[in-house]
Amino acid sequence: MMADGAQKMKKGAHARILGASIFRNIVCIFLCFLSLIPFWIMLVNATRSSTDIQMAFSLIPSTHIWENFQKLLYQANENVPLYRYMINSLVIAGFSTVLSVYFSTATAYGVTVYRFKGSQFAWAFIMAIMMIPTQVSSIGFFRFMYNLGLSNNFIPLIIPAIAAPATVFFMRQYMLSALPLEIIDAARIDGSGEFKTFNTIAVPLMKPAVATQAIFVFIASWNNFYTPSMLLSSQSLYTLPMFVQLMRGERFRSDYGIIYVGLVITILPIFIVYFALSKYIIAGVALGGVKE
Amino acid sequence: MAKTAKQKRKTVEYSRYGYYFIAPFFIVFAIFQLWPLIYTIGLAFCENYTDTMFNVEVGPVFNGIDNFKTVFIGKDGALFNTYTFLSLWNTIIMWLMNFIPQILLALLLAIWFTDTRVKMKAQGAYKIMTFMPNIITAATISVLFYSLFNYPNGPVNQLLLELGIFDEPFRFFQRKWATRGIISFINFWMWYGNTMVVLTAGVLGISPSLFEAARVDGASSFQIFKKVTLPLLRPILLFTLVNSAIGGLQMYDIPKLLTISGYGDPDYMTRTITMYMRELAFTGARQMGKASATSVVLFVVTLFFSLLLFYIMRDKDAIKERKQNKAVQKELARKGAK
Repeated sequence: MMADGAQKMKKGAHARILGASIFRNIVCIFLCFLSLIPFWIMLVNATRSSTDIQMAFSLIPSTHIWENFQKLLYQANENVPLYRYMINSLVIAGFSTVLSVYFSTATAYGVTVYRFKGSQFAWAFIMAIMMIPTQVSSIGFFRFMYNLGLSNNFIPLIIPAIAAPATVFFMRQYMLSALPLEIIDAARIDGSGEFKTFNTIAVPLMKPAVATQAIFVFIASWNNFYTPSMLLSSQSLYTLPMFVQLMRGERFRSDYGIIYVGLVITILPIFIVYFALSKYIIAGVALGGVKE
Repeated sequence: MAKTAKQKRKTVEYSRYGYYFIAPFFIVFAIFQLWPLIYTIGLAFCENYTDTMFNVEVGPVFNGIDNFKTVFIGKDGALFNTYTFLSLWNTIIMWLMNFIPQILLALLLAIWFTDTRVKMKAQGAYKIMTFMPNIITAATISVLFYSLFNYPNGPVNQLLLELGIFDEPFRFFQRKWATRGIISFINFWMWYGNTMVVLTAGVLGISPSLFEAARVDGASSFQIFKKVTLPLLRPILLFTLVNSAIGGLQMYDIPKLLTISGYGDPDYMTRTITMYMRELAFTGARQMGKASATSVVLFVVTLFFSLLLFYIMRDKDAIKERKQNKAVQKELARKGAK
């Protein structure tokens, strides 16, 4: 009798778990659908002719992608060739990434490995400035760069990447667990100079953290619209997000097919990077979030 | 004796390198962030604009708190009745409209994904999909949504007409709440995946034995959530809140590129404070002084929010405990003195 009741309860619980599982999966599938559908519509409309797009809604791809692409090139290349924006974005994001990751590792190394006067303060300071967004100082930043004659230049978009408090924070967290100080001492005994030790021993040991942060810095720089759109005025220096802004202009507005193809082109590189590295990206977000 | 002296000298020698390693960071920070910040604050107290008639720059000349007067007091003399505070208000509203559903959904998903009784096998795929919008260029997403919600032939309007929900196309970007809603939705949609991943990591960081102990004691799922999960998630929730609030206050790309004019249609009701700041500084009379005063307001509000959130989320139990400890120590000290 008792056993029967228990079994019934077990069965009930089992059914409840199954029900919950189905319900939760349905919700999650819906959310995945929600994440994808705008991009799907974008892809589909990139393959449709402008008149089709205006006629009716569709989720089935058509065959006009090449035509749209040609038209986009024709429209966009009037002043500056389209690939130029991509190269500009690539140059800025590439240099920013290298500088940011290297110097953030160096800064984290400096405050972790050495006990010098003010090392505690330096660390507290880096933590404190992590909260200050760049936007609040942008007016002064612009004027200062303008006075230096750097307003139409990539330098103010690349060099500031050296001081990235959030990257330093991540690097230090990782360093505490992955870089035993004994190794550095051993290197010293072997007569390795401090900078050589850093470059040949510390940086290779930090590789996983360096890779994770490189992805994040690159994506953030690639996506940055705020600072480039404030500083750059000559169109040959525009970045990809600024090209996106151009596409809203009169010249493109009449032809939807072109806009959608243009959007696809700006998204495609990031899509490829994301689906190739999504595992590491999500692991990196999870790590970065668990801050004390 | 001589040896220890030598050793000591050696450690001092090494520690010197610490400065070399952190020097680039601090030099770049001073030039590209600290000085611009000081410069901005300084400009906020200066008259500085461009005379559009003769195209000459006026100033910067110190003019006290005149800029702040125009930022705080409206033309009708009412406090806060200015475009600065309207845009600040817009920003806060749109942040709240995205953050509240975002944190709730992220928390729910985090709990589902860490539930040991109802296991979700496909959660890796779900995470990859729901996180994805977060890394796509915000400018592109904004223009994409602008195209999707376009009048009269945007896909959303087409769909709503085909399904018979609307009789005629809807002008989304001419309605205040529709436009605000779209901006908030984009932010929500871009960020809940990120928040969910962070919170999931947080829940996984809690010792499983605590959940087991609670379950053995007969606690219900909701009780476990309220008494175990939520208090232990507090530091991560704080991190998420502060991050999102600070990021939300700087909102720019999406509202800037979503509407046709780029000035916060309709009637400046979706203009955020950073948008307004840049309009002041870089369009028309290029009012750098007033724009700087607006930046200072944004800076103070940002600081205020982060301190307030820290205050609200502070660990009350830990403070109580510390107070009790202090009281006990005092008591002991008093007794000891006797």
